Amino acid sequence: MPEPAPDRLSSYPSRAMSPYGYGQGSSANLADILERVLDKGIVIAGDIRINLLDIELLTIRLRLIVASVDKAREMGIDWWEHDPALSSRAGERSLAEENRRLHAEIEALKQERELSPGKDQRSAGRRTTSRSSSRRRSGAADD
Amino acid sequence: MTEPVTYAYAVLRDIEGLAAALDGVAGVVGAPVRLVRASPGNELAAAVSSVPAQDFQESALRRHLEDLDWLEAVARAHHTVIEALAAHTTVLPLRLATVYLDDRRVETMLGADAQQFSQAMRRLAGHLEWGVKIYVDRQPDVRVTGEAGAAATTEGLSPGRAYLRARRVQRHSRDESYRAARQAAEHVEAIGRDMAAGHARHQLQQGELATGAGENVVNDAYLLAHETAAEFRTRVLDAARGLPGVRIDVTGPWAPYSFASPFGAEGPAPDSAP
Repeated sequence: MPEPAPDRLSSYPSRAMSPYGYGQGSSANLADILERVLDKGIVIAGDIRINLLDIELLTIRLRLIVASVDKAREMGIDWWEHDPALSSRAGERSLAEENRRLHAEIEALKQERELSPGKDQRSAGRRTTSRSSSRRRSGAADD
Repeated sequence: MTEPVTYAYAVLRDIEGLAAALDGVAGVVGAPVRLVRASPGNELAAAVSSVPAQDFQESALRRHLEDLDWLEAVARAHHTVIEALAAHTTVLPLRLATVYLDDRRVETMLGADAQQFSQAMRRLAGHLEWGVKIYVDRQPDVRVTGEAGAAATTEGLSPGRAYLRARRVQRHSRDESYRAARQAAEHVEAIGRDMAAGHARHQLQQGELATGAGENVVNDAYLLAHETAAEFRTRVLDAARGLPGVRIDVTGPWAPYSFASPFGAEGPAPDSAP
């Protein structure tokens, strides 16, 4: 028989009691649990790596923070789309940007080169680099 | 593919009878919970379950974690196991979905960081976490307070003036509530400085999962020694007394989720490994 809450509190921390005394257990608020098990606790690298900050989980994270993604956008809140750590779209955008910049630089360098003498050095640019293909070791999972 | 993998809940100090206390505790996906020791005779252990690899390999986890129902079930089970453990011994909760290929890998993990774990457990021994949330009552919308407007109209005010007056009254009482909430927050922090061994801030709860009535303006966690917890709770709840529109909600005790990391708030630095 569970005792009334005040008694449990005053007798806390009796280890013989139900785990936590009162108020928690299966009745604990989901938001309170999620913020602890997702955001707190020790982060150590397991063998199966999941980055809980990944964009996939962001949908759920956002349900904790704002009512809905659509509603947030309506309200003009879209910071996650510009944050490379949070958004693959932001990542794509910055990649496209970088790509454009690099192309421009290459063009500029090409033109410079054509203007400069010593075109016989072109072989230097065509050297092929053979990279050792790093093969993943298949680990203990197979045996 | 059918070989199970090892889901780890927490690192803990093994004590006599702990394994027996885990009898009948259902872990994630209903799996039984057992202990893996760092080495024979070592008190450092991890609580783990064997779970189906097909549900806990990276791609499956990624998919599952987007499913709030799956996430809720796993999060609650994870939490239930940690609660059961924390009732008996000092526990360092691991973040959700810390999964190893097998028990041997868990042993290796325990051995590798044994010193940090022991240090964190010494720091946390005899302490638990308490959540403190402060809410400001939501003000009813002016449109909703039509009766007030109607009353004002009968007093001879035009509907427009009645609306503006209601607006002013509403804004005034909201400002009052926020001021009162700040006062309560300062009071609670002072109690924390006085009594708590640690203080952590959580993100404010605002979304659809935020069930508390009112607007959450403070969402903090405090680390308290067992013997001071009851007094802390009483004093904190008392901090809202006489403050209109302010509500304080104390949750706990929790396992020291917010204070467990031996590596600091951000986890182990990537380059700090030997």
